Amino acid sequence: MNAIYILWLRSMKRYFRSRSQIIASLGQPMLYLLVLGFGLGPVFQKAGNGNYIQFVAPGVVGMSVLFTSIFSGIGLLWDRQFGFLKETLVAPVPRLMIIIGNILGGATVAIFQGIIVLAACLVFGFRPTNWLALPLAVIFMILTAIVFSGLGMAIGSVLQDMKGFQLVMNFLVMPIFFLSGALYPLEGLPTVLSVVTRIDPLSYGIDGLRGALIDSSHLGISLDIAVLSGFAIVFLIIGGWLFSKIEI
Amino acid sequence: MIKVEHLVKEFGEVKAVDDISFEVAAGEIFAFLGPNGAGKTTSIKMLTTLLKPTGGTITIDGLDPVVKPLEVRQRFGIVFQDPSLDQELTAFENMELHGVLYHVPRKIRRERIEMLLKLFELWDRRDSFVREFSGGMKRRLEIARGLLHTPKILFLDEPTLGLDPQSRKQLWTHVKYLNETEGVTVFLTTHYMDEAERVANRVAVIDHGKIVALGSPDELKKQTNSESLEEAFLALTGSSIRDEKADSAAQMREIAKMWSRK
Repeated sequence: MNAIYILWLRSMKRYFRSRSQIIASLGQPMLYLLVLGFGLGPVFQKAGNGNYIQFVAPGVVGMSVLFTSIFSGIGLLWDRQFGFLKETLVAPVPRLMIIIGNILGGATVAIFQGIIVLAACLVFGFRPTNWLALPLAVIFMILTAIVFSGLGMAIGSVLQDMKGFQLVMNFLVMPIFFLSGALYPLEGLPTVLSVVTRIDPLSYGIDGLRGALIDSSHLGISLDIAVLSGFAIVFLIIGGWLFSKIEI
Repeated sequence: MIKVEHLVKEFGEVKAVDDISFEVAAGEIFAFLGPNGAGKTTSIKMLTTLLKPTGGTITIDGLDPVVKPLEVRQRFGIVFQDPSLDQELTAFENMELHGVLYHVPRKIRRERIEMLLKLFELWDRRDSFVREFSGGMKRRLEIARGLLHTPKILFLDEPTLGLDPQSRKQLWTHVKYLNETEGVTVFLTTHYMDEAERVANRVAVIDHGKIVALGSPDELKKQTNSESLEEAFLALTGSSIRDEKADSAAQMREIAKMWSRK
C-alpha cells in the first residue's frame, strides 16, 4: 500500500508543480466550450434542442478528463525516456501495485482537471439543473478517469518511444472523443454510428455527466456506472498484464 | 550468491550475450569488464530481472529471477548506467520514494537519507529539484539512492561515470565499508581499470558477448604478461574502438574521456 501511496503522491507533486501545464491544458476545453457553445448555440436552439452551452459543457468536462487521464498513462513513456521507469521496475514491489499507484495518480490529476474545467464552464454561463447531483458528476469523472488512465497505461506499456504517440492520438484518442456524443446528442444517430458510440467507453462517461449535471441521460445512469466499472476493471487487468511484461 | 550458467541473450539475429558462465561468491567484489557493447549491461539487466534470458540459467541467492522476480528484487540494489531519477522531484523526495519502494522503515529511512546525502555532499541541496543539478550531482544522488537500503547484492553499472575523483573515492570507500562490515556482495562494471584493480577480488572480461578471461586482477596480469589490469584488458580485447548505440552513458563516457585528456 505504501508503494501505491508514494507513486500517487509523486503524480500529485508533479501536477501541482506544473502550473503552466494546468493553465495550458484548459485551452482546448475552453476553445470547444466557447467556439462551439456560442457558435453552434443558435443552430442548436433553432433545431429545438435548447441551450448548446448547457448541452456541451458536460462533454467538455468529459473531454478534459479523457485527455488528461489518457496522457497521464502514456506519461509512462516519459518515465521510460528519462530512465525513471527502471527504478520502479527493479523495486521489490509487485508490478500490479506500481501500475495501480500510477493509474490512481493519473486519475486523480484528471479529476482535478475535470473539476477546474467544470468551474470554468460555470463562469461562462453553464448552470447544473440540480446542484445536489454534483457528487454524482464527480463519481462519473472518477470512473471515466480510471478507465482512460488504465487504457493510457496499457498503451504506454506497449509503446517503446514517442514515435507512436501521434498514431495513438489520431487513431484512438480523437475517435474516442468524437464518437462519444460529447458534441452532439446520441439520439437519432445512423445505426452504424449508434453502434460505434455504444462501444466507446467515453459515451457512458459523458452520458452519466449529462445525467448528473443537466438531468439528461440517454443510456441510463445505472447502465453508465455498470459499463464504466466494467471497462475500468478490464483496462486495469490489461494495463497490469502489459506492464508486468515490460522489458527494457 | 550469483550463479550464471550458459546464459544467452539474443535481440533478433544479434547475440548480445553468448553462452557465458560464472559464479560470484557471497561477500565478493566482482568486476565485470568489457569494451563498449560487449554485453555487460545486457547481462546486468538479466541478473536484475529487467530482461528475460533467451537461454541458460541464473541463480541469485538460490532463486531464479525469471521464476521469482519479486523475491530476487528484494535481495539486490542497483546503480544504473543511465540516469533514473525523477527530475521533477527534489533530491530528498527521490531518496524518500526509493526508500518507500524498498521497504526501508520510516525512522531508519530518514537517518540513512541524511547520512548518505551528507556523505555525497548533497544535504544542503536536498530540497532542490533534480533538474537543477549538474551531471556530477545527479550521479552522486543516483549512487546515494542505490545505497539507501542495504541489499545482499549491490549491482553497480559504471557507477563512477562522470564523477570527480573526490566523489569516486567516497563511493569506493563506502562500497568497501558495506562489503567488509555488512558482507554485501558487489557486482560492478567500469571502464576505469585502475578502480577495478583496486577494489575487485575477481574480474571477468567479456567481449563480443563471450567471457574471454576470469580470475583475480593478478591472475589476469600474469596470464597476459601485463604490468597493469588495463594492459591485460587491452591484451585480451584488442585495441580497436567498438561501436555502441550512442546512449546517454556512452555520451557521458566520451565527455569523461575528453576531460581526462585535458
